[in-house]
Order: sequence, then structure tokens, then C-alpha cells
Amino acid sequence: MPENNATVETTGTVEAVVPVTEEKGFHKSDANGNKHIIVDPITRIEGHLRIEAVIDSNNKIVDAWSSSTMFRGIETIVKDRDPRDVGLMTMRICGVCTGTHYQRSIEAVEDAFDITIPKNARLVRNLIQGALYVHDHLVHFYHLHALDFVDVVAATKADPTATAAEAQKWADVSGHKPYISGAADFKAIQDRIVKFVKEGRLGIFGNGYWGNPNYKLTPEQNLIGVAHYLKALDVQRNLAKMQAIFGGKNPHPQSIVVGGVTCVQDIKNPARIALFKQLLVDGNDFIKGAYLPDVYMAGTMYAKEATDGNATFHASKHKGALGKEVGGTGGGILSYMTYGDFRLDDTGFYKADTFFKRGVVLDGDITKLHVLNEDKITEDVTHSWYEGTGAPEHPYDGTTNPKYTGLDKKDDGYAYLKTEEKYSWIKSPLYDGKKVEVGPLARIVVGYVGGDERTKKYAGNFLKRSGLPLTVLFSTVGRTAARAIETEMIGDAMVGWVDELAKNAAMGDLSTWTEFDFDTVSKDAKGRGMAEAPRGALGHWMRIADGKVKNFQAIVPSTWNAGPRGPNGEVGAYEAAIIGTVVANPEEPLEIIRTVHSFDPCIACAVHVVDTKGKELAVYKVDPTCTF
Amino acid sequence: MNKDKEESVKKLFTAESAKVETNKGDAFYDELYDRCRARLDELKKLKPLNNRMDFMQSVTDEGLERRDFLKWASATTAMLMLPASFTPLVAEAAVMMNRLPVIWIELQDCAGNSEALIRSDGPKIDEIILDIISLEFHETLMAPSGHQAEKQLEDAVEHFKGNYLLFVEGAIPRGIDGQYGTIGAKAETFIDHTLRLAENAVAVVAVGSCATFGGIPAAAPNPTDAAGVMDVVQGKPIINIPACPANPSNMVGVLLHYVLTGNIPELDSLLRPKFAFGYRIHDNCERRAHFDAGEYVEEWGDEGAKNNFCLYKMGCKGPMTFNNCSIIRYNEGVNWPIGVGRGCIGCSEPDFWDKYAYERPMANANIKAPTGGVEKSVDEFGLGLLTAAGIGIGIHAAASFVAGKKEDGGEA
Repeated sequence: MPENNATVETTGTVEAVVPVTEEKGFHKSDANGNKHIIVDPITRIEGHLRIEAVIDSNNKIVDAWSSSTMFRGIETIVKDRDPRDVGLMTMRICGVCTGTHYQRSIEAVEDAFDITIPKNARLVRNLIQGALYVHDHLVHFYHLHALDFVDVVAATKADPTATAAEAQKWADVSGHKPYISGAADFKAIQDRIVKFVKEGRLGIFGNGYWGNPNYKLTPEQNLIGVAHYLKALDVQRNLAKMQAIFGGKNPHPQSIVVGGVTCVQDIKNPARIALFKQLLVDGNDFIKGAYLPDVYMAGTMYAKEATDGNATFHASKHKGALGKEVGGTGGGILSYMTYGDFRLDDTGFYKADTFFKRGVVLDGDITKLHVLNEDKITEDVTHSWYEGTGAPEHPYDGTTNPKYTGLDKKDDGYAYLKTEEKYSWIKSPLYDGKKVEVGPLARIVVGYVGGDERTKKYAGNFLKRSGLPLTVLFSTVGRTAARAIETEMIGDAMVGWVDELAKNAAMGDLSTWTEFDFDTVSKDAKGRGMAEAPRGALGHWMRIADGKVKNFQAIVPSTWNAGPRGPNGEVGAYEAAIIGTVVANPEEPLEIIRTVHSFDPCIACAVHVVDTKGKELAVYKVDPTCTF
Repeated sequence: MNKDKEESVKKLFTAESAKVETNKGDAFYDELYDRCRARLDELKKLKPLNNRMDFMQSVTDEGLERRDFLKWASATTAMLMLPASFTPLVAEAAVMMNRLPVIWIELQDCAGNSEALIRSDGPKIDEIILDIISLEFHETLMAPSGHQAEKQLEDAVEHFKGNYLLFVEGAIPRGIDGQYGTIGAKAETFIDHTLRLAENAVAVVAVGSCATFGGIPAAAPNPTDAAGVMDVVQGKPIINIPACPANPSNMVGVLLHYVLTGNIPELDSLLRPKFAFGYRIHDNCERRAHFDAGEYVEEWGDEGAKNNFCLYKMGCKGPMTFNNCSIIRYNEGVNWPIGVGRGCIGCSEPDFWDKYAYERPMANANIKAPTGGVEKSVDEFGLGLLTAAGIGIGIHAAASFVAGKKEDGGEA
């Protein structure tokens, strides 16, 4: 069985021999006409990411490397603290997927202490997390991703009446009435855009890739995108309120504790539950009337690249190609993994039935679902700025220290990754020695392959209504569609969850916390919180002794996806997804960011360090001359 | 516990409500009004930098009535601690915010403050304001990447030299020559990046706990030697808007104040605007009566919790935390930490991760609060030892006892 763990064959040296054309400093080229470009910063993500790529003379990307350029060391910081306090700290790994790390850390402690939380607490946590997904995916699509598909400047050429008809068309495809439907509404929005485009200072829209030939929407479709982008700024504010009702505030809710939740007053009060439900219903309106129609629209207009088998990693010269064209631009490694999430009953965290299923699909083989084996999860640091022990390590036992070996700085000041050595603050996680992708697409694939009725219903509905083939899912566009499909799935399910909470409270059950004897259970324990985050499978592993955290590690979705090569050159998910893409203009990395954004990068999340040495909590200064 | 510390803790709990001077007398406000009026007239003469739209037109375009906008303007006037007569000026200043260029950079951050910004509460008004500020650079929102993004930044710095507000989100790592964080094709370190951009800014606004006091990266053992802006940037006015993340109302308040007066607002010794951080959480808390009556939650979800009892014994640090959360709350007033039954973790104070953020009180939990108002006798407290030696207590500058290393750095 061909493996997907390809090692990279370089297509020629990329050292500047003699400059063949006038160079911009951010890239160097070789005599073969291959350009080595730097894209740093990647914007419209969370965190700090650099992508370097080699583009050949046919404008095809033949190699790529993903690097995080920022490190904080939060795992070291939580060591030797009371495990009950860790969740609040690890939550600050990320303010976008806010509340997620919070839950994972608390689940890890509850796993260690063998605590099962009461029903109300389970429902509240699901609602807090569900509210996050709905908010996060919406903001991601519009405010982080959409500008890769939507040409804002081209929207100024649209005819508002035709725009209204176009919006109706895509709403019909999705089977829901359009969120914005009037020609007058579209005209008003267009007038705003026209005015500021005229003035020339475009703020956050300044210096974009407007006019790039790889924008494929019509002016009317662009105007729809822009209108929904602006509307979504409004809608997201209300979606965030949902998390604040049971969480206290957003970002960074505060109501989850080891043993349960604290928001008994909000559960007890029918007005609060009614408010949550109203916000949810309003949000679902936007999801169905704007978000989904826009994804049908983009999926259709970008279907050509999404089904171009020649533009994939596997069609490249890299070793280990599957030998057949599967998927399209941005497809990447075609192996997927989920831990599962959203407990649907109270039998216990790892016993309960879950909304998202757990499993592994490898090498694009959608006929086989592998059962997840937690022992097969390891992390490698061959290409990461850490001191390793020589072999990949399981998260309970990982030992690492930061070891920064820098970039390769040229005379003109431009700095290049040392791609043969260490080149990222992100570690390289492996499942059974293989690279896997996590995220909404992984959840849809695992659900679908595993026969989950709900996934098959929602994903099947999308493919049927759009008329797009199944293979379109295995691409950048497909990843984008999967995110929308699961948003609708969650938004619909949450209506039932909030009703269940209301009913439970009305029947007199107000218990929100399970008692435990901290001093007893925290003498010697270990536990993990493994579930999903909006960006994919998220795990926190903790060892506890004498009431303190002795070891902590997180493997985060973006660690899986944005990580560098594995120990034998196994190409990372972002890297593989970029390789094979044909760019319209090497000076404009539009296609690169379109693919990277489809993973919804969260790079502050992706970076972490593990330290099991039990260092004392003391301030130490890092000696720049020492690589410990 | 030594006598000094015990005294200071007693003082803390029995202190009179932290008062912020809200009435400085007619002469002061008359003079201020004239100054603001003159400044707004000056600004009106300037060509708007982004000139996107007619503000009042867009108010009505959003389906809002003018009176909604004026309601917002009066609420904001009150928040800025100005007399009601200033409301029309505040309204005008809001319109003029498009004369104000902002460059927003992110360092060792989690993007929580950027997220908080787009939750700006109040009516849709604040969405419009977001649209109108000339936001020249913001990595999380901007269209271009790579060298086009870098060019956008350099253009903005050049074009608005000396006039832009630099917003900083995230801490600044100083270890290994600053290489724990780099940006751009030349891998500029975060510290160099910050210093370079601060040089041509009119002022630097540090948003969130990380940019103000170091936040989570600086929590013990501070692996990257992370620090806040005030420990790195010298010779520039700095405004700190802490909390984790900062309340967006306070971010907008600072902007408005600057537009209105051309000055930074009155700051406390930690460079935090007094209009927001002059208030102690404890003094404006809806559960204060329970604290005074000695009614506490003892265990999560117990009968006390079901009756809104005070969360002090569950670790609430309201008595030692300064912010306006208990007044304006979060997410358009929908909720806040005490309201959701958890308690305050002190997130607007320096070093709160080490000093305050745990679910147990600092003092011995055997506390007996006075029965009644704030002025009760100190003897009714049963104060035990503080949990760790050397814990400093950040108190508003009005009090005499201030601790913590940031005090010395306040002069920057």
C-alpha cells in the first residue's frame, strides 16, 4: 500500500547563482527559473506563520515549508501549579478558539481524578463549545478566508438588481431564504465600497491581490460576498453573547471548573435560556441564509481547481504518490484523524456516545475507518526548535527544551528557513508514524466513512444540492465546504441541547458540580482531555503528584496541520496541501494563502513545549549563547 | 505574616470605596470644553484620512435612529467621566474618529484582544466606528500577506509619521536576543519591530494583560523573558488597557478621549486610564451586600451559589482588582465573571496569574466579614496568613500602600 509519507526530492538547488532577473529581496531564484519565495507574515490567521515555497518556471509550487515564528512556553508555565487552576491559563493559548483549551485541561484533571460531571454541566459545556464553533467558523469564513475568494474591488462593478437575483439563486440551491435579498440593500453596500475605493486609502483592504486572475467570482457574486462580510461583523457579536450567557464573557469565559460549571443562576433562569435560544435561532438564520449559499457559490465557481487532480501533492514528483489523482488543489496528504466530541449522554467522558465520531482514515481510502489507538500518538522534533531525545515521544512522557538554531540570513537582510535542519517552533506530531490532517474535513470524512447518519445526511445534502462530486471535498474548497456543513450541523443540534437543559432545570435538577476530595485524588494521578476544537483534534495530557502538575503537554490541531517535516522527511499537512498548486502570479501568493486559510490556522495554539524535568518555579534568564 | 502586610490587607478590605474624582469644578470643565471645541474645529479642517463615508449617513444606512446614536454618545460621555454637557462633543468626536490612523501589531498574543475589539458593545454604532477608524495595519484582518503586507505597514508609517496610534497586543520576548518572536521576510524580532514602530507613533496603547504587564508568557518562570510595552518602550506616552482580554468599551473610550481632547486620559500609577481602572470591582459588585452580611458560597453550585452569595471564599479577587467590569460588564452587559458564579481572577492587575488567578482566597478562608457597611471595625475580620510571602497587592494610587515591581517601571 503506497504510503502518503513522502520524502521530498528537491528539484534543483535554489541558491542564487547569478540573478537572472531583477529580484525582489523576498525571493531568490536559480538558473532553472525556480523561485524560492518567503511569505511572512501570513495574515488573516491567528498567530505568527511563515510559509516558504519553491515555484518552478511553469508557476507550479514544487516544494513548501511551514514555520511558526513565535514561542511562549505555556506548558512550562503551568507546571507545579494546582491542577484546578491550569484550565484558565491554558485557555490563553488562544483567544480565537476561546474556551476550548479551558475545557480540555479541565477534562484532563477530571480524567485523572475520575470525576463524572452532572448532566447540567455536560449540557452547558456542550453549549459553550457549540457556541464557539458557530461563532468561530462564521468569523473564519468571512473575516479570515473570504477575501481569498471574493474580490472586494471587483464588487464595485456589480449590478445591484442582478446581485439580488444571484443571491436568490444560491439561496434556492441551499434551500433557505436569502439573508439579504433586496437590490436596494446591495446598492447601499456597493455605494459604501465605491466611496472608499475611490479615496485610495483602503485600510485593511489595502494592497490586496484585487484583480488577480485566480479570483473567479462575477462582480455580482463578489458584491454578495462583501455584503455578507459586513453583515457577519454584526452577527458574530450576537453569537459571542451565547458563550457569555453560560460562560460569563467572551473572549475567555470563566464558568468551567474541575467537577462541573458555576453558572447555576443562568441555568435556573428561564429568561437566560430563552435569550440563548433566540440568539442561536437568529444565528442559524444567517448560517442558512448567507453562509451556506456563499459556500455553494464559491464551491461551484472554484470547482475546476477543486477537482484538478494534477494540482495535488500526489500528482507531484514526491515519493510515495498514490499513483492516482484524488481530489484537487489543496488536497494534501489525504489522511484524517478525529478524537470525537460533544458527549450526548452521562455515562462518562470516554464512554459516552459523541456527536462527532472518533477515528482515522488513511491515504485517501474512504472505504476503511481505523479505530483510534491513543498510544500511537507521538511528537517528533527533528525539524523543530527543541532538544529531543532522538525518537518521537508520547505526550505523557515528552521531554523537550527550546533550542533555537535561527534562520539563514543573507547579505541583503532576508532570512530563509534552514529547511534541512530545524525550522519551526511547532513540533511534528505523528499517528503511527504518519502525518495526518485534523479539522472539519477530518470530522466529515471520519463521520461519513464510519456511517454516521447525521454526517451522511448533511454532507450528502450539500453534494446533492451543489451537484458537486464527492472528490471535491478533498481540496481547499472541500475543506471550506466541510466547515460550513458542520456549522449547520452543530447549529441545528444545539437547539435540541438547549431545550434539554431547560427541561432538566425545569424538572428541578439544578446540580452543576460533582464533589471530590482534592487532597486524596491529587496524590498521584494522570489524565487526558482529548476531544475536538473548531480546528480539529485537541488533546491535553497531564501528570499530577502531591497536588501539583508534574507534567503537561498539549497537541493542538494546528500542531498536527502546520507542523514541519517528520523524522524521515514526512511532509506536513499545510506543506503537502500547497505543493502541486499552480499560481497565477508568483509575486502574489493568493493561492498559497487560500489553501493555508482553508485549515483555519491557529499558530499560537500550535506551538508549545513539554518539560517533565520538574523544574522549580523560578525565573530564569535564557542565555543567548547556550543551546540547552 | 508581618505586621505591615496584615495592616495593609486590613486596610484593603475596609478602605473606603476607591473614589475617582468626577467633579473637578466648573472652571476646569469650562476650560476643557473650549479646548475640545477648538480641537474638533481644527480636526474638521483636515481632510479625512480614509474618507470612507458620511458618518451620519451610515448611521441611518444601518437602520439606526439618530437618537440611538445620541443615547450611545451620552453613555460614553458618562463612562469618560465628563459632564453631560459634553455629549454633543463626544458625538462629534465619534464622527471624527476617521481622522485617526491606527496601526495594530500582535506579538506574543492569543488574539483575544482583537477578538474583543470586534465584540465592541452597544448598538451597531460601534461596528460603524470600527469601520471608520483608519485601521492601516492589522494582521488578523488585513487582505494582503507577505511582502504586500509589509509594504502596507511601511507605507502607513511613512504617510502618518508622528500621527498614528500604535496599538500593541501581546507580550514582548527578550530572551535569546528577542528571537522567540520574529516577523517579516527579514525575521525582525518583536522587540525591534515594536521599538521601530513606536518611534513614529504619537502614543502607544498596550491592550490586554500581555502587552501591559507581560500576561501569561511572563507568568513564572517566564521562559522567554517576556515583558509588557512599558518595560520596553521609552520616551513615548504609553496607555495601558489591561484585562484578559481588555473590555472593548475601554479601548473605544481611550480612542474617543484622544480624538476629543488630543490628550491621553488621566492615568493611574500603572498607566491605566482612571475612567475605567479607578474603580475597584468590590465596590460596585452586585453581590457586595452578601459579602458584608457574611454570606458566602462554600462549594460550587451549593445553596449559596443558587442565592447569589459572595464568591470571596471561592477565590474572587474583586477586593484587590481595579477595573469597571462590575459596572459595564461584558458582551453588551449580558454577563460578567461574578454574575456567572465564578468570581474575579484579578486579570487587570500585574502578575495576576501568579498572585490572584486561583479558586481559593488569598487570606485564610476563615474570614468573618463585618455585618453591614464598609466602615465596620477591623477587629471582626479573622485574617490569617497570606498564602505566599512576597505577594504584593496592587492598590489604586490613592492608597498609600503599593507593591510590585511595575511601580518603579511606571516612569518608563
